[in-house]
Amino acid sequence: MELIIDRWLHIWAGITWIGLLYYFNAVQVPGLAAARADGTNAGITKHIAPRALLWFRWSALVTWLTGAYYLERSGIGLTNAFLLRGSAATIGIGAWLGTIMLFNVWVLIWPNQKKVLGLVQADDAAKAKAGRVAFLASRTNTMLSIPMIFFMAASAHFPIAR
Amino acid sequence: MKNPLDSLWGTIISGLVLLIILYVISVNLLR
Repeated sequence: MELIIDRWLHIWAGITWIGLLYYFNAVQVPGLAAARADGTNAGITKHIAPRALLWFRWSALVTWLTGAYYLERSGIGLTNAFLLRGSAATIGIGAWLGTIMLFNVWVLIWPNQKKVLGLVQADDAAKAKAGRVAFLASRTNTMLSIPMIFFMAASAHFPIAR
Repeated sequence: MKNPLDSLWGTIISGLVLLIILYVISVNLLR
C-alpha cells in the first residue's frame, strides 16, 4: 500500500513540476517578452513568477524523493538504477535525467531567478547574466524532460534494457 | 551557430534527438 501511495505522489508531484516547466518555457518566457515591450511585466514578475517558482522547485524535490524511495523499496534498487544494471537500466536512464534536472532547478534556476526577480540584490549586469543562465537551464530541462518521460513510462510498460 | 535552446522548437527537436540517441544506446549497449 505504501508503495502505491508513494508512486501516486511521485506522479502527482512530477506532473506539477513538469507542467510548470512547460508553463515557464511555452507561456511565461514569451509572455514576459511581450509584456516588457508594452511595460506590463511588473505584475507577472511580482505576483506570478515567485508563486510558480515556489511550486516548481518544491514539487521537483518531492518528485525526486518519492522516486528514489520507490526505487529503493520496490526491489529495483537505487544503486542498480543509477549504475544502469540489468532491467533497472531503463528506469535508471530516467532517474539520471531527473536527477540532472533537479540539480538544474535548485543550483542553476532558482538562485539565478532570485536575482532576476529582485529577491536578492544584484546589479543590472548580474541580473542579465543570471537571466541567461536560468533560461538555458530551464530550456535544458525541457529538452531532458522528453527522454526522461519516455524512459520513466517505458520502464513500467515497455522495458527496453533487460 | 545559433543555440537550438533559444527557440522552443529547437529545444523540442534537441530532446527528440537525445531520446533517439539514448534509446539506441539502451537497446544496444545495456542488454
